[in-house]
Amino acid sequence: MNDGARLAAADRSARVRHADRAARFVADAGQTDWHDAVLWRIRGKRDAAAGRVEGWERLRALASEIKEHTLSRLDEYLAAFEEAATANGAQVHWAADADAHNRIVRDVLRARGVRRVVKSKSMLTEECGLNPYLEARGFEVVDTDLGERIVQLREEPPSHLVAPAIHVRKEEIAALFHEKLGTPADADDPRLLAAAMREDLRARFLAADAAITGVNFAVASTGALVLVTNEGNADLGAHLAPAHIACMGIEKLIPKPEHLGVFLRLLARSATGQPLSVYTSYFCRPPPGRELHIVLVDNGRSRRLAQPDFRAALKCIRCGACLNTCPVYRRSGGHSYGATPSGPIGAILAPGMDMKRYASLPFASSLCGSCSDVCPVKIDIHAQLHRWRQVAAREGYVAWPKRWGMRVAGWIVRSPRRYRLAGRLARAWLRHAPRRLRYGSWNAWGRARELPRVPDRSFGEWYAAERGKK
Amino acid sequence: MNRKRRQNALGRAEHRTRNGARAAILEAVRRARPRAAPLPLVAGVQDTAGDAELVARFMASAQAASATVRMVEAGSVEAAVREAFPGAASIASATPAWSFEQANPADEASALARLDVLVCPGAFGVAENGAVWLAESGMGSRAAPFLAQHLVLALDRSAIVPDMHAACDRLKTFGEGYGAFVAGPSKTADIEQTLVIGAHGPRSLTVLLT
Repeated sequence: MNDGARLAAADRSARVRHADRAARFVADAGQTDWHDAVLWRIRGKRDAAAGRVEGWERLRALASEIKEHTLSRLDEYLAAFEEAATANGAQVHWAADADAHNRIVRDVLRARGVRRVVKSKSMLTEECGLNPYLEARGFEVVDTDLGERIVQLREEPPSHLVAPAIHVRKEEIAALFHEKLGTPADADDPRLLAAAMREDLRARFLAADAAITGVNFAVASTGALVLVTNEGNADLGAHLAPAHIACMGIEKLIPKPEHLGVFLRLLARSATGQPLSVYTSYFCRPPPGRELHIVLVDNGRSRRLAQPDFRAALKCIRCGACLNTCPVYRRSGGHSYGATPSGPIGAILAPGMDMKRYASLPFASSLCGSCSDVCPVKIDIHAQLHRWRQVAAREGYVAWPKRWGMRVAGWIVRSPRRYRLAGRLARAWLRHAPRRLRYGSWNAWGRARELPRVPDRSFGEWYAAERGKK
Repeated sequence: MNRKRRQNALGRAEHRTRNGARAAILEAVRRARPRAAPLPLVAGVQDTAGDAELVARFMASAQAASATVRMVEAGSVEAAVREAFPGAASIASATPAWSFEQANPADEASALARLDVLVCPGAFGVAENGAVWLAESGMGSRAAPFLAQHLVLALDRSAIVPDMHAACDRLKTFGEGYGAFVAGPSKTADIEQTLVIGAHGPRSLTVLLT
C-alpha cells in the first residue's frame, strides 16, 4: 500500500463527526450564505416545475409504487434484464461488493489493453472508490462532467449529487484552471472556464480507450440502459471509446419502457427544475465491433432490502431534491457528511454501509420532514433518520453527555412532581448562575446564540394562579 | 502445471466465482424480497390537452430549453439551414433527401468534431418539454450529434406527442440499437450555477418544424 492509499484507508476508517466538519464550513459566513441561498433557489425552481405538472402528486405515488413493485420481485427483474441485455449483445457482470466491482472493471480494461479511461457521473463508482483503485493500477481516469472534473482536479469528493462542485467559488476554479489548463490568471467568467474545459476534454474523449458511465434506469423488458445528462458527456464517452462499461446498483431496474415516462417526468424537475434534462439516451445494443459491459452491483443493497425500516431508500433516483431543501445540508455543505451521496439521502444510506463511521449523520437533521415532502419517489427520509438514531443509540454510538442527558430527562418527565421541581431549579439556575457556567463547553446551542429569556414561572404555575383569581 | 494450463485453471476459477456472485446476489435478493406489491397502471397522469395546442406548447418548451424553433416548408429545410448558418464551412446529414455532405457510421470522429452543422431528422417531438427523439439511423453515427458544433433537427409538426408517457410508449416498438431525447443545446451550470450553453456537445440547437 502506498502512502496515499494508506492515508485514504485511515481516513475511511475514522469516524465522521458531522458537527465538527460543519463548523469548518460555516467558518466562512459569506460562502455559507451563498451556498444556502443558491440551493434554496434550486428548490424554488423545483417547486415551480412541479407546480406546472397536473397530477404531480399522483406521479410521485406512481413512481413510488413502481419502485416498490420492482423491489418486491427484484430477483426476477434482474434475471430478465440480464437475459434481454445479453441478447442485445452486452456482457453482464455481477459484483457482490465494491472490491468485486473494481476488479471486474480492472479486468475488462486490462483484457482490452486500455490505458486512458473517460468517465461520466456515477455515484456508484464513488461509493466503490473506483477512481483511486484504477489510478493506483496505472490507468488514467478522467471525469468528464464539468463539476466532477473540477472536484477531481481539486482531489476531493463531490459535495452534491447533481452539482458536484457547488461548494467551490468561481475564483477558485479560475485559479485551478489557470494552473491545470493554462487559462489567463484572472479569467473567472464561467463561459470562458467552461470553454477551456470543453477543449481539453474533447481531446481526451477522442483519445479514450474505454468509457465508464453510471446508469439512471435499466429497463428489464428490453435490456436497455437509460443515461441522463445536460452536458452530453456520457454520450461522447460511450460513443467514441471502443468499450463502454456501465456500472449500476441492482436497484436501478424498472420493468418496462412505459414506466420510464413516469420517472423521466419527475427526475429533472426534482433535480434542477428543468422539464427534462438535455440528453436522455437509450442504449439498447452496442454498435458493431464495439463492446458494452454492464456491471450489476449489490454492495449492501440486498442486505438493505431485507430491512423493512430502511429498504425504501433503495427507491432513490439520485435527483438531489432532498439536499436542496434541507436546512442542515444547505448550511453545512456536502463535505460535512464525509459520504457520497451527502445530504439527507446520504445520511440514511451511509449508516447502513458503515454504522461506526457514519453514526453522526442521522443527527445532522432537524427532522423537519422537508426531504420527504420533495422526494419524487416518496422515500420516508426523515422517518428513517429518526429510526437510524435509535439504532445508533442502541448500538452505543451516542456520546455520553447525550446518553445520560436523555436518561435523566426520561426519569424526570416520568413524574409530574420531579418535572415541576426540575423546572423550578432550572429557572433559578439559569437566572442566577454565572454566565461562564451557563455558556460552558457543554452548551453547544449557546455557542452561537443567546439563550432565551428565562420566564419567572412555568405555564402550570401561571395557570393555577389565573384560575385562583376567579 | 505449465503456465498455460495454470492460466486456464485460474480463468475457470475466476469464472466460477463470477457465476457464484450471480447466484449469491440473486439468492440474497430472493430471500430479502418484501411482500409482493402490485405494479400500478400508469393512468390518470397523462396530458389531455387537445392536438391544436401541441405545436404551440412544443415551441414554448423547446425555446425555454434554449433551442431555436422555426416553422419552415417541408421542401425548404436546406435553404433554412444555409440561411441560419451562412458562415458554415461544413454542413452534413445522414439523410440522402437533403443535399448536404453525407454523414455515415464510418466517419472519423476527429472529422466529425470539426463539423460545423449536423442536420438530423427527428422522429417525434414532446410538447411538455420540447424534446425531440432522435434515432440512431438519423444520426450518421452515434457520436455525430454530440460532436458537431451546431445541431439542427427537422421535425414534422404533426409528429408531436403531448407528454413523456406517450413518448415512452413509442419506445416499446423501438428496434434500433440507440436513440436519444434531445432537449436544447448541451449546457452546464456547474460553475456557481451560472448557465453556460455549449458544454461538451453542440453550442446551439435549432428545431425546424416542417
